Amino acid sequence: MLRRLHIEQPESFAFTAANQAWAEAQLTKFPEGRQASGVIPLLWRAQEQEGWLSKPAIEFVADMLGMAYIRVLEVATFYFMFQLKPVGSVAHIQICGTTSCMIMGSDDLIAICKEVISENPHEISADGNFSWEEVECLGACTNAPMAQIGKDYYEDLNSSNFRDVLKAFADGNVPRPGPQNSRFAAEPLGGVTSLQDMTGEDVNGSVALAVTLGDTVKRIQGDEVPVRQAAKPTSQPVAAKPTPEADGQKPVMLEGPRDGGGDDLKKIKGVGPKLEADLNAKGVWHYDQIANWTAEEVVWADEHLVQFKGRVSRDDWVGQAKTLAAGDAT
Amino acid sequence: MSDLKKIIIDDQEVEVDGAMTILQAAEVVGIEIPRFCYHERLTIAGNCRMCLVEVVGGPPKPAASCAMQVRDLRPGPEGQPPVVKTKSPMVKKAREGVMEFLLLNHPLDCPICDQGGECDLQDQAMAYGVDFSRSREAKRSVEDLNLGPLVSTTMTRCISCTRCVRFTTEVAGMTLMGQTGRGEDAEITTYLNQTLESNLQGNIIDLCPVGALTSKPYAFSARPWELKKTETIDVMDALGSNIRVDTKGREVMRIVPVNHDGVNEEWISDKTRFIWDGLRRQRLDKPYVRKDSKLAPATWAEAFAAIASAVEGKKVAAIAGDLASTEAMFALKALTNGNVECRVDGAYLPVGDRGGYVGTATIEDIDNAQMIQLIGTNPRDEAPVLNARIRKAWLNGAQIGLVGEQADLTYEYAHIGNDRAALQMLADKDVGQAKDMNTVVIIGQGALTGKDGEAVLEAAKKLTENTNSKFMVLHTAAGRVGGMDVGFTTEGGMINALDKAEVIYNLGADELDIDAGPFVIYQGSHGDRGAHRADVILPAAAYTEESGIFVNTEGRPQLAQRAGFAPGDARENWAILRALSAELGKTLPYNSLNELRAAMFTEFPHLAAIDEVPVNEWKAAAPKPLGSGAFTNAVANFYQTNPIARASSVMAELSQMATSQKPMAAE
Repeated sequence: MLRRLHIEQPESFAFTAANQAWAEAQLTKFPEGRQASGVIPLLWRAQEQEGWLSKPAIEFVADMLGMAYIRVLEVATFYFMFQLKPVGSVAHIQICGTTSCMIMGSDDLIAICKEVISENPHEISADGNFSWEEVECLGACTNAPMAQIGKDYYEDLNSSNFRDVLKAFADGNVPRPGPQNSRFAAEPLGGVTSLQDMTGEDVNGSVALAVTLGDTVKRIQGDEVPVRQAAKPTSQPVAAKPTPEADGQKPVMLEGPRDGGGDDLKKIKGVGPKLEADLNAKGVWHYDQIANWTAEEVVWADEHLVQFKGRVSRDDWVGQAKTLAAGDAT
Repeated sequence: MSDLKKIIIDDQEVEVDGAMTILQAAEVVGIEIPRFCYHERLTIAGNCRMCLVEVVGGPPKPAASCAMQVRDLRPGPEGQPPVVKTKSPMVKKAREGVMEFLLLNHPLDCPICDQGGECDLQDQAMAYGVDFSRSREAKRSVEDLNLGPLVSTTMTRCISCTRCVRFTTEVAGMTLMGQTGRGEDAEITTYLNQTLESNLQGNIIDLCPVGALTSKPYAFSARPWELKKTETIDVMDALGSNIRVDTKGREVMRIVPVNHDGVNEEWISDKTRFIWDGLRRQRLDKPYVRKDSKLAPATWAEAFAAIASAVEGKKVAAIAGDLASTEAMFALKALTNGNVECRVDGAYLPVGDRGGYVGTATIEDIDNAQMIQLIGTNPRDEAPVLNARIRKAWLNGAQIGLVGEQADLTYEYAHIGNDRAALQMLADKDVGQAKDMNTVVIIGQGALTGKDGEAVLEAAKKLTENTNSKFMVLHTAAGRVGGMDVGFTTEGGMINALDKAEVIYNLGADELDIDAGPFVIYQGSHGDRGAHRADVILPAAAYTEESGIFVNTEGRPQLAQRAGFAPGDARENWAILRALSAELGKTLPYNSLNELRAAMFTEFPHLAAIDEVPVNEWKAAAPKPLGSGAFTNAVANFYQTNPIARASSVMAELSQMATSQKPMAAE
């Protein structure tokens, strides 16, 4: 199937705030510089949000990952799970047409799709609610024939219960996923013959989970479940630009040393020749200057030292300078 | 190399580096394995499957030899070297199978395909394919792409080797091509069918092993077997790319690259490749003499007579343009015996100091550089193939710095500043550890053309000394280093050379305006700026029409060969000068080009060592106070840098596209 971008494209795309947070959290899973590995999850979330992948969505993801547009387009056109055309506003129905399902009557389901939804796959129904396509094996052969609708499987379908499922979706309900013929899972039709105490939703709750979460055909906004992995800071934290509040107060500086020359600032632990020169250049020459620094002035000094930011408070220069100014040794 | 591994290929034992692939190891013993997607200078894709070989003792299926490293092969039970067969029945069957698949959808349009006769698929189908097809299905059809005015596409012929995708991404640094879809619907395409914007895009024509990408200007004009092929040297930039000029009769039909690891690898720029239509237009094919302020056609005798009467007792100066060969400049210098000058762009190049006007770095040094500092240059415009090398170094981890105009160079660089202050800052900086690294300083002509060109050069040299770097002067004119080598200079540059000159002998210099006043003799190939100002025009051969030595920007003398004859009455440059010298009664002492070369080699022996880069002496930097102001690059319009390019309609179209697209990009 030749997969191209749809002829009509929306103006723009953006993740919802919650999806954006989710996406940024995903990217922290990959080592620095390997963020391109997140292309499939991000494209998938974009599709979950919009129902299909538009050109702006592809470019949005590419920009987010620092990839060339063509590289993301390659991925989007390669995988059939990515819809490059708009889908029905309620649900996109994927009928499995591979051997087991075909033998068990998937042709009937496709005939119903053609009758109820649209003549051709990937066409939106007249009311705009549905679209359908035939897909390759979805791996539910024991419950053939089946269809994937949204995120969930509807199994053991036949001409009548498939119509019921479609009708329920059309009415705004989400029918219970899973087998539609009273089976719970893939057990024999007559009931479980072994492991009889291992039945029920307590031990296999995927259907229950689907019902409780109810995200079968929902367009995902990102706030359905809390983000488990928050965006963690990148491995190499970028030196945060000092905000005006954090900038502190510039202490009063001297043009030069007072009579008798400056004090030997190197006696303060943590100050070497280089820092001393730097301090002198900034107008700090004497112990008593440092000793009189206020908390805000210490913040300023922390920020504005050429190297070793944060040293002023860490090494308690003010305390040391007080001692030195009093004539004691540190 | 410690990781040597023995391997037996078709009963020949060979010891190779373990990192080599089977395909490379086979080449060492002289066995050629057919391939489509594998290319020495691109990453390995392994998707055409044509290079399948049998690995004895390995999995019972053929292995792709382009992607299998020798060190990954399992030795025999007693530690014998692994055995690879390239001619076994399994391999033969595998190749036939692959070939059948490749031909499933390949149209049988060889008779109308430009690749016919030099097509890898055609050749390999003959060598390894079968003579029938089992396919009765319809072939797939694929829409053609519009890649612009240079590359013509017929995508049904594409075998999806992805060489073009890899080249544009890796070498040209322009991630625009890709393969979308999958299976039968996989197609090579550009993003939203954009056209390519790269001045190296012509190389995908050579890379394409089939006829999917062919040359648009050359389309349907010749077959490879009717072309005379001459290997020669390109003069479009100062890199001296090795090229092959293909001629039919006297017409140049196309230009393709020749591999030279030390210069252009196997790429050439689009200007080099598509310039040839400029060799047919605006040509000077007979002498002209200005009579009553109008240029009128004349005979050689009349032209020489006009010159003889004009120069009688006058002060003669000679200038040489960007495309002049070393021989022509040598002869012209001997003939004028006065003020001569080849630095027509006013760049400061120190006379006699080869370490200063060429530098100490070779082009290959860029490959191993860990840091490269660019000063006042945009190598993407001034030498696109060199820029691809810098990009290669960058991909290998080199850091690039730039002082000068910011531009998209296809790689990331640290922009240190626009102006001379930034250069001064660099030159004064204590670089610390960078001293022990492989570093190269590249200075462009744009940086040297200012009034303080000497100071800029000295500052760059100081930076070179401080960082223990190698130094390269990136020239823009193919003839410049040759001119400097034969001393085609006057102390003080252009101003002193032309000072009080009553007659100016202009050897193909079209990039400058000559003031009204002096009598101008123009010797060149094209009716361009220089010819319009001339009083006598002597029609000369262009670079494909005469043999000559060109010294490239790293100081490597290379010999250009004659591929065809000049049109009409035009003659080879040295022959014109020799004939004129006899007319003026100062006969030059050589009767053939060989005698001229012999004389030149006696005086400048390093020119005799063709294709060798001499080691240049380094004169210590003598810093001078820099002026102020930003650097401007030497090349403003890549496609219009010389008279041949200005005569070419292909270049005109590209130039127009480039200028019209720029505002769009800024939107």
